[in-house]
Amino acid sequence: MATFAAASAKPMAVIDNSQLSLCQKKFDGLRVGYAFAKRKSSSSLKVKSVSRINMALATDVSRFEGVTMAPPDPILGVSEAFKADTNDLKLNLGVGAYRTEDLQPYVLNVVKKAENMMLEKGENKEYLPIEGLAAFNKATVELLLGADNDATKQGRVATVQGLSGTGSLRLAAAFIQRYFPGVQVLISSPTWGNHKNIFNDAGVPWSEYRYYDPKTVGLDFEGMIADIKAAPSGSFVLLHGCAHNPTGIDPTPEQWEKIADVIQEKDLTAFFDVAYQGFASGSLDEDASSVRLFVARGMEVFVAQSYSKNLGLYAERIGAINVVCSSSDAAIRVKSQLKRLARPMYSNPPVHGAQIVANVVGNPTLFDEWKSEMELMSGRIKGVRQRLYDNLSAKDKTGKDWSFVLRQIGMFSFTGLNKAQSENMSNKWHIYMTKDGRISLAGLSLSKCEYLADAIVDSYYNVS
Amino acid sequence: MEGQADRDGDLRFQPTAGSAVSAFQHLEQAPEDPILGVTVAYNKDPSPVKLNLGVGAYRTEEGKPLVLDVVRQAEELLIQDRSRYKEYIPIAGLVEFNKLSAKLILGDGSPAIGEKRVATAQCLSGTGSLRVGAEFLSKHYSQHIIYIPVPTWGNHPKIFNLGGLSVKTYRYYDPRTSGLDYEGMLEDLHAAPPGAIVLLHACAHNPTGVDPTQDQWEGIRQLIRLKGLLPFFDSAYQGFASGSLDADAYSVRLFVGDGGECLIAQSFAKNMGLYGERVGALSIVCRSATVATRVESQLKLVIRPMYSSPPIHGASIVATILSDRNLYYNWTVELKNMADRIISMRHQLYDALKARGTPGDWSHIIKQIGMFTFTGLNKDQVSFMTAEYHIYLTSDGRISMAGLSSKTVPHLADAIHAAVLRLG
Repeated sequence: MATFAAASAKPMAVIDNSQLSLCQKKFDGLRVGYAFAKRKSSSSLKVKSVSRINMALATDVSRFEGVTMAPPDPILGVSEAFKADTNDLKLNLGVGAYRTEDLQPYVLNVVKKAENMMLEKGENKEYLPIEGLAAFNKATVELLLGADNDATKQGRVATVQGLSGTGSLRLAAAFIQRYFPGVQVLISSPTWGNHKNIFNDAGVPWSEYRYYDPKTVGLDFEGMIADIKAAPSGSFVLLHGCAHNPTGIDPTPEQWEKIADVIQEKDLTAFFDVAYQGFASGSLDEDASSVRLFVARGMEVFVAQSYSKNLGLYAERIGAINVVCSSSDAAIRVKSQLKRLARPMYSNPPVHGAQIVANVVGNPTLFDEWKSEMELMSGRIKGVRQRLYDNLSAKDKTGKDWSFVLRQIGMFSFTGLNKAQSENMSNKWHIYMTKDGRISLAGLSLSKCEYLADAIVDSYYNVS
Repeated sequence: MEGQADRDGDLRFQPTAGSAVSAFQHLEQAPEDPILGVTVAYNKDPSPVKLNLGVGAYRTEEGKPLVLDVVRQAEELLIQDRSRYKEYIPIAGLVEFNKLSAKLILGDGSPAIGEKRVATAQCLSGTGSLRVGAEFLSKHYSQHIIYIPVPTWGNHPKIFNLGGLSVKTYRYYDPRTSGLDYEGMLEDLHAAPPGAIVLLHACAHNPTGVDPTQDQWEGIRQLIRLKGLLPFFDSAYQGFASGSLDADAYSVRLFVGDGGECLIAQSFAKNMGLYGERVGALSIVCRSATVATRVESQLKLVIRPMYSSPPIHGASIVATILSDRNLYYNWTVELKNMADRIISMRHQLYDALKARGTPGDWSHIIKQIGMFTFTGLNKDQVSFMTAEYHIYLTSDGRISMAGLSSKTVPHLADAIHAAVLRLG
């Protein structure tokens, strides 16, 4: 950064009674005049500008000269590379945004209807309370825990509307940093790339627990349990509620029970990231079963929710952070402290997406229609998984078992391809995916499955 | 968390028991936000004559929130556009919105824009822009001290602290004159270490409504440039303060015009009435285009772990209005109407107090600019007004003129009159 003449200036001249006082300073030979005018002075102020006033500016070097170019986001950067590719066969399997069979973005019908309703109603655009839209908060916790949930009825859930999954995770991370300083969050290996960034920026230490087993392309359950058991008491354990990102590999119900056992035994706190409720299996209840299991045991849990995928509201940034506490008193206190963290971050959350969710969930017809649309979306993905599996099995003459494609759940599939193989996918086949071998099935159509299968088989066997 | 063993000796927890020891035992209840809490208290009051002069949200003469006509029209256009979808927008926001926002504050022919020296990111209104700017500076700038005026918006120190900066103050408001303590301001900024960041309210200072004159701005600019301080403008009322978008951007353009660097946080909450949509932008004016490009890339690294990318709706509305000549023109008309109504409230309140012979010099009511008036009333007088007259304002004596109407001015004047007589 530019350095400035370290002038040890004399104290300023005392302002006397004259209407215009001039205070002069010497800075390394530069004489600059300041004019102070008493407020009552009606005569125009004289500013003694110096011919070398431009020299008085900072030097021509930017104070940000040392700022380096940041690398492109590894996930969002994939879309950018895809856009730059002019090849007709190109395929974007990078970001997890749902596309139709025609590979077009999809705005849900219920969302369009809700927006029309909102426009007709002529809602105002006043600030929401810091904790967000009340109707949304009520709806979101009911969706998550079920309408008749005891925790809700007992007032034990602190809910604050957040900026989709990321924003909700960040609020929770800021809360953990402030009220549990030094306490770690355990995250799965691998996990969504942005998790680490969120905890880093929030100043929360993290460590990893084993999760993905490349040998089976499945869950390393023993490793997971061992690593969670070894965590310091009081640690947080970040769990994907369903449709693990990036692997698509979820624990079975029995495995969830064991995970809950360990977390209880070791006095840890579960922290769920629920980004795909309803989108994974097609059923809202089924996809929330892991969270509900923990809550039913009376455990205190954090749950971050997102409506980006299940309601297709990606760009509206709508989600929530829920903290299920052991008492309603604790929930009140927790909520008040979450608000205190949200206020200096963005004051209060955006209203539009929250209104959409509240309108859809609050209207029985729209709510049913939403459930159908979710079944459609998750159904299309399951169909694509099946086709891909069929194609892979047909094209791979070695008899390798590709059935993990069918077992994995949600938008993503961990193909088992390594970095070089993933790069081959892009360079040779114009198929864009993240370097960890993750493909987004939401960006795949039935008609492209065969091409994709060819590419995977080629990359897997011919590139190391 | 210990569980009660059931009959089978299973450690599984009884569903309704709740944990024996909560992880949140040590948490205290946070108080309500001092500004937003005023509305919370107001809402609880059953009195039919209650008046909310707390939050700076514009109200019509009928006391109703206002959605601008151009905003409704823009929303209609957006909803009818079948090519629109809701996929993630870029981390730094809508490109078109960013260009138009920078143009709005810097002016059409700004060389900074022409020379591509401005890095702009769409953020969550003013707060979000300030926070992203603070985090960027704490990561990439060598000076971590920011000077804020006394008084300033209550949320400023918290934003900067949590954003990783430490906060110092400079004198600003002179209660003796109900005006600017210009000498004190310059003295304090002069004493700042080189490179320190300085928060400046672009116009319509919140909460005082006291702005530097153009000449005073020039003096401030000279000092800041001489000391190599880094200005960080908070522009929340462009067009709303005087009714003129250009006039309200004077201070920012003065600084940018000398070729130096600065940060600018813009909000569209008030001037477009988009409060709840959370639309704003952070612009960093740099010395060169290459620096601006690098700065923008680093802004994305701040934003991604905070909320990934900003919300589309409000920014789309703004971009639609700013890019359409008719909508833009109509906006300026609606903006002027809002500003004029507030100025008229100032005069009505002043006249009402004069008519009642309320002791004191109330001329600051008509001299101050923008949405707020720093009445000069103290905490006790404020409490009195709330308790006896059901008037809700922040305890520093700040009232939102936007919340007044011709019908309610007499009630407020009565309350102030009584408070001054009773506790003066």
